[in-house]
Amino acid sequence: MITVFERPKSLTPAKTHYCPGCTHGIIHRLVAEVIDELGVREETIGIAPVGCSVLAYNYFNVDMYEAAHGRAPAVATGIKRVHPDKVVFTYQGDGDLAAIGTAEIIHAAARGEKITTIFVNNAIYGMTGGQMAPTTLIGQTATTAPNGRDPEVQGYPIRMSEILATMPGAAYIARVSVHNPQEVAKAKKAVKTAFQVQLERKGFAMVEVLSSCPTNWGLTPLKALEWLKDNMIPYYPLGVQKAPEEVKA
Amino acid sequence: MAKVLMKGNEALGEAAIRAGCRFFFGYPITPQSELPHYLAKRLPEIGGVFLQAESEVAAINMVYGAAGAGARVMTSSSSPGVSLKMEGISYIAGAELPCVIVNMQRGGPGLGSIQPGQSDYFQAVKGGGHGDYRLLVLAPASIQEMVDLMGLAFALADKYRNPVMILGDGTLGQMMEPVEFPEMIDPDKLPSKPWAARGAKGREPNIINSLYLNPLELEEHNLKLQAKYAQMAEEETRSESYYTDDAEIVLVGYGSSARVCKAAVDQARQQGIKAGLFRPITLFPFPKAEIQAACRQAKSVLTVEMSMGQLVEDVRYNLEFKVPVHFYGRAGGMVPTTRAVVSKITELVQEGGRSA
Ligand SMILES: Cc1ncc(C[n+]2csc(CCOP(=O)(O)OP(=O)(O)O)c2C)c(N)n1
Ligand code: SF4
Ligand SMILES: [Mg+2]
Repeated sequence: MITVFERPKSLTPAKTHYCPGCTHGIIHRLVAEVIDELGVREETIGIAPVGCSVLAYNYFNVDMYEAAHGRAPAVATGIKRVHPDKVVFTYQGDGDLAAIGTAEIIHAAARGEKITTIFVNNAIYGMTGGQMAPTTLIGQTATTAPNGRDPEVQGYPIRMSEILATMPGAAYIARVSVHNPQEVAKAKKAVKTAFQVQLERKGFAMVEVLSSCPTNWGLTPLKALEWLKDNMIPYYPLGVQKAPEEVKA
Repeated sequence: MAKVLMKGNEALGEAAIRAGCRFFFGYPITPQSELPHYLAKRLPEIGGVFLQAESEVAAINMVYGAAGAGARVMTSSSSPGVSLKMEGISYIAGAELPCVIVNMQRGGPGLGSIQPGQSDYFQAVKGGGHGDYRLLVLAPASIQEMVDLMGLAFALADKYRNPVMILGDGTLGQMMEPVEFPEMIDPDKLPSKPWAARGAKGREPNIINSLYLNPLELEEHNLKLQAKYAQMAEEETRSESYYTDDAEIVLVGYGSSARVCKAAVDQARQQGIKAGLFRPITLFPFPKAEIQAACRQAKSVLTVEMSMGQLVEDVRYNLEFKVPVHFYGRAGGMVPTTRAVVSKITELVQEGGRSA
């Protein structure tokens, strides 16, 4: 018998708590596959955020931390400075990384911390009940923007990848999506590069993954993926924002 | 080893290194800046890491990261900066990580002043951040004691897997005294920390965490923390009693205030007044049995603080309201003078220990 599909070693057997159709699960799997493929499972320390993925420490089969809301990049800095030879990654939502934790992510990138950040942008606060995120699109409704985000009142959505790509300390910044199998394959490649860049000590690396939240968007899982493609990608264009020369080639 | 003349803040830095600390994360603030200045130079010399964080919030979360990864790690700040650290301190206490936090207090509230203060006592000993947690709080009153307590702070942090705070003040940080340092501890020779997250090689993953979604589990976790605090109260209280054996009036103060009190006791004794001083060295756990013994035959107690009255509440509580406890405090960076304290003593003795 040939095994065609098995759980990566870097995932535990625990059943995740994510809603049906939520793409957090796919992103977990990509990260775990990359850790397996690079053979660094026993050298890796991950940091879960506060958000829907708060329990990621139960899902990744590596040493894990649970950080305070937004502080994962600072926690990662502390770990990496103690163990420069270990692989350290943060897994963060858009509220976590682009609102309450803006200072921590910007300065981790500015210092060129040799860590990998997986930034899951679903344009909403999933965990706390669909409130507006710093990434919520203009016109998109949220429980705290019931008439849709109005730039006169709530300002404009933040493009974190573009901001971080301006930092000399950032070695690799890419935005990917997981709304169809082709994009999932590209996303995995980017995640792998982001870990390799860390292993080669090139600097800070981040992959922003556009992700769906069918529950708080009020859509079916399939409609949510369509909404992501039609609405998020035009504002958050996919592609590599910054990469070391040899990676670009 | 020979004594060297050193500023308090710098001595604390060297003492941390002697205690095996190789990691420091902090953000500049007066009046503790000489400590990071010293470590910025000294830590890289011995293969350590000094990192200036973007804020106190980030600094304490770096400490969370480094402590969870098994290192002896320290941060330091002064009042407004310590307020910002409270989030991280609560997580560190919840996740049961060892670390040392220095607060060289200044006057408050708000931006307050850059002059010495003691008005963060409640924040330090009652919790400060959210949740039922306690820091082990050590209050030195001389530079030598700062050095000695630093070694103890790291040892107790590891023993209890709990954050330890050294609660000083601007005066102690700035003044100079001769000090003797202990031998250097090699951090690689310290007992290993099997719970630390440093890569799950050949074992199940370790998780550094303070989240317990199951209420029963969180209650159990809290009971475990409380048991730890009770053990601290059993085993770790420290204090100094000065001329308390026959004292009719006992002064109580910690840190810089205790130095003033000691001088006041000496002067009062010269005037024939049976005065003494009780100085708590651990503010949490509070040395309850010791203060009761020191005030056994006191007709009155006088608490002296550089605040509007915080320690005094614990003094009353721990004396179980059996002795009248009076208060004398200055605030805003004003330091009580020996003369003012002596005249307060004289006044109280003349009144014959009236009720507080
Ligand atoms: C200091 C603090 N503030 C607020 C919260 C409440 N909170 C929990 S998750 C969350 C938003 C998370 O949103 P995001 O980072 O986008 O993650 P998602 O759930 O969408 O994956 C908030 C505000 C908290 N736990 N801590
Ligand atoms: S609320 Fe949204 S982000 Fe959270 S698990 Fe459900 S679908 Fe996923
Ligand atoms: Mg989100």
